[in-house]
Amino acid sequence: MVPVDYYIALSAILFIIGALGVLVRRNPLIVFMSIELMLNAANLAFVAFASVYETFSGQIFVFFVIAVAAAEVAVGLALIVEIFKSRKNINVDDLNSLKG
Amino acid sequence: MHLSETVNTGFYSLAPWLVFAPVIGLLINAVFGRQFSERMVGTVASLASGAAFVVSVLLAYSVSANHGLAVSVPFAEWIHIGNLKLDWTFRVDSLSTTMMLVVSGVGTLIHIYAIGYMHEDVRFKQQEGRFARFFIFLNLFIAAMMILVSGDSYLMLFVGWEGVGLCSFLLIGFWFEMDTLARPSWANSDAAKKAFITNRVGDFGFLIAGFLMFWYLGSFQFDEVFAAAPAIAESAPWVIVAITLFMLIGVAGKSAQIPLYIWLPDAMAGPTPVSALIHAATMVTAGVYLVTRSAPIYTLVPQAQYVVAMVGAGTALFAATIAVGQYDIKKVLAYSTISQLGFMVAAVGMGAYAAGMFHLITHAFFKALLFLSAGSVILGLERGHHAHAHHAYHDEKPKARGKKKEERDHDSHAHEGHEEVFDPGDMRNMGGIRKTMPVTFWLYMIGTLALAGIFPFAGFWSKDEILLDAKLHYPSVYWQLSIAAFFTAFYMGRQIWMVFFGTARTDAAKHAEESPKVMTVPLMALAVLSVVGGALNLPFKGFHQLGHWLEYTLGEIEALPLDLGVAGISTILALLAILISWLLYGRNPLKSGQIDPLKKPLGFVFTGMENKWFVDEGYGVLIITPFKKISQFVADVIDWRFWHDFVHDTVIAGTYNWVSSIALDHYADQRGIDAFANWLGTATQWVSDNVRKVQNGFVRSYALSVLLGVVLILGYLILK
Repeated sequence: MVPVDYYIALSAILFIIGALGVLVRRNPLIVFMSIELMLNAANLAFVAFASVYETFSGQIFVFFVIAVAAAEVAVGLALIVEIFKSRKNINVDDLNSLKG
Repeated sequence: MHLSETVNTGFYSLAPWLVFAPVIGLLINAVFGRQFSERMVGTVASLASGAAFVVSVLLAYSVSANHGLAVSVPFAEWIHIGNLKLDWTFRVDSLSTTMMLVVSGVGTLIHIYAIGYMHEDVRFKQQEGRFARFFIFLNLFIAAMMILVSGDSYLMLFVGWEGVGLCSFLLIGFWFEMDTLARPSWANSDAAKKAFITNRVGDFGFLIAGFLMFWYLGSFQFDEVFAAAPAIAESAPWVIVAITLFMLIGVAGKSAQIPLYIWLPDAMAGPTPVSALIHAATMVTAGVYLVTRSAPIYTLVPQAQYVVAMVGAGTALFAATIAVGQYDIKKVLAYSTISQLGFMVAAVGMGAYAAGMFHLITHAFFKALLFLSAGSVILGLERGHHAHAHHAYHDEKPKARGKKKEERDHDSHAHEGHEEVFDPGDMRNMGGIRKTMPVTFWLYMIGTLALAGIFPFAGFWSKDEILLDAKLHYPSVYWQLSIAAFFTAFYMGRQIWMVFFGTARTDAAKHAEESPKVMTVPLMALAVLSVVGGALNLPFKGFHQLGHWLEYTLGEIEALPLDLGVAGISTILALLAILISWLLYGRNPLKSGQIDPLKKPLGFVFTGMENKWFVDEGYGVLIITPFKKISQFVADVIDWRFWHDFVHDTVIAGTYNWVSSIALDHYADQRGIDAFANWLGTATQWVSDNVRKVQNGFVRSYALSVLLGVVLILGYLILK
């Protein structure tokens, strides 16, 4: 059996990759994918701990997270489409009209 | 227990009804007066006064049946402060019941008379709505007077004293918006104010006497004061002298003595029943009652008694001379009243309390009779005037009354250029009235003979008793009073000849009409009393009933036998005076427009009499003008220039302005509060200028800050 530390390490690596992706990439689609990566890193940690502690709650959380992620992607993609329609451009750095 | 005893003691407890009865009457009239007819209003008021008379009779009967037993009837707790326990207690003894009988008896007759009098008076003056008000005031007066005479303490007496003063004020100013001839003016209200203010001076004296009494004798209650007085008189006689002399100031105010008598002649502005009831028969005798009531104190200080007697005698003589020169029928009677009050005050000052009270009673009868008859004459002339004017101008002018109403609507300036106003009270407008008003004439004659002191009328007995006392104890008073009695007979003779004899000097006098029965019947009752009133205290052995009656309260009273010398001299003087008045006024009756026949022989003396010896003018120069000057000075210089302009505007407002503009505005506000607020604004601006750069709009920079925040929080949680 693979020790749980490995799962946690993989989860951390995935999360860091996702976080860096969110911070450095300018294409919103890539940003979304990075967010998904972070969510799935969390999911991995949930199931890993669930199997260690032999409870279901972690696995149930993962279902919720997948559902919420799906909803979020649906909303996010719809927003991106609308933004593209109005601006013909979806570069994240150009979407800075909220600056102080 | 015997039945008679129960009954006798039972009546004492009725004492509060002396006050309740008139109060109930006035309340009924105050509430329903507008709905009631005049007859109803008058009946209610007269019944209320009559009920007080019945109570007085029962009380007097109780006192008499119990051989002068004086009873204090407690009614209510009043003032309980520290050691002072003063209750509202009615005092029923022979002196107070005597006063009660006079007040309510004469008062009731005058109430009845007033029904007839006011019926016409309100119509002549176009103010029919005021009928009920008059009777409310009259009942209020009876109630106040009853408190005055039935009080068991000086303080309760003072309550009544002020109450009657108030009623006097209200009734003198009854026609407050006109003068005595119904022209628009403030003359009547000025007269009312004069009476009130002059009485304030007297009340000041009374109050000081009361304060001294409380401070040194420790009580207001009569018996306690009288019990404490002799000891003080031993140790500190000046206290008793001060109390009695300050009380004399009060007496001078209320009973119209020198130097405060000046209000009484002006008080004739009130309707005639008021002059009779308040300003002749009852209220003005309150001072005489006060001295009589305070007899135990006055007896302790002969010096004060001497002052009282001299004031009374001086007033009697002085006022009698003024009465000689008056033309107004009521003014003559007013000065006569002052003069007769002088007789009474002199009597009680000499310690002749029974004589003073005797004269008080008889004077109440015959002076009320004279005043009311004079009112009858005035109304008769007014009727004659209106009937005549109505008759003469019937075609051109609609009605005398309508005309009068129209005149009232004009202001006084427009009115002055109008036809001359007829004065129904001026004796020069009268003459020959005995033919047109025979009943009034005979009544007036009886009153005159009683006042002049002709045997056997009431005035003869009471005046002679005073004269006799004076002759025995105070010769100077005796001579003053004798001369005053001479003048009394003279001015009354002059009045009779001018008013009733000769020929009518005006159309109004020619057409004068007799008064109705409601007015003449009460007068007949008073006339009977004026004739037989002397029987109260005949100067024969075993006949001094009033003296014996008052002895119950006042202790032993000297019962003087008839002195034919005194009686003879006074009768001769009176007859001589009447003879002289006949020579001057009766033999050659005054023609209309003719000057007074006394004017030529007496010259400036008569001018002085005519003008009341210029006393009012003297007061004007000595007191009123300086007082006005001082008031003006106080108002203009002290109040306005000093207090308002300097203290208020310069000092207070100036300081305030300086403090607010320099200290508060410039330093505290501008430099302190404003500066801080501005600094706060600038600082906020600077901070926000710098902080806003954080909001750069880049999603990833926000995400980075979220990440950093999470790392920091987690780091803290892990590492702590």
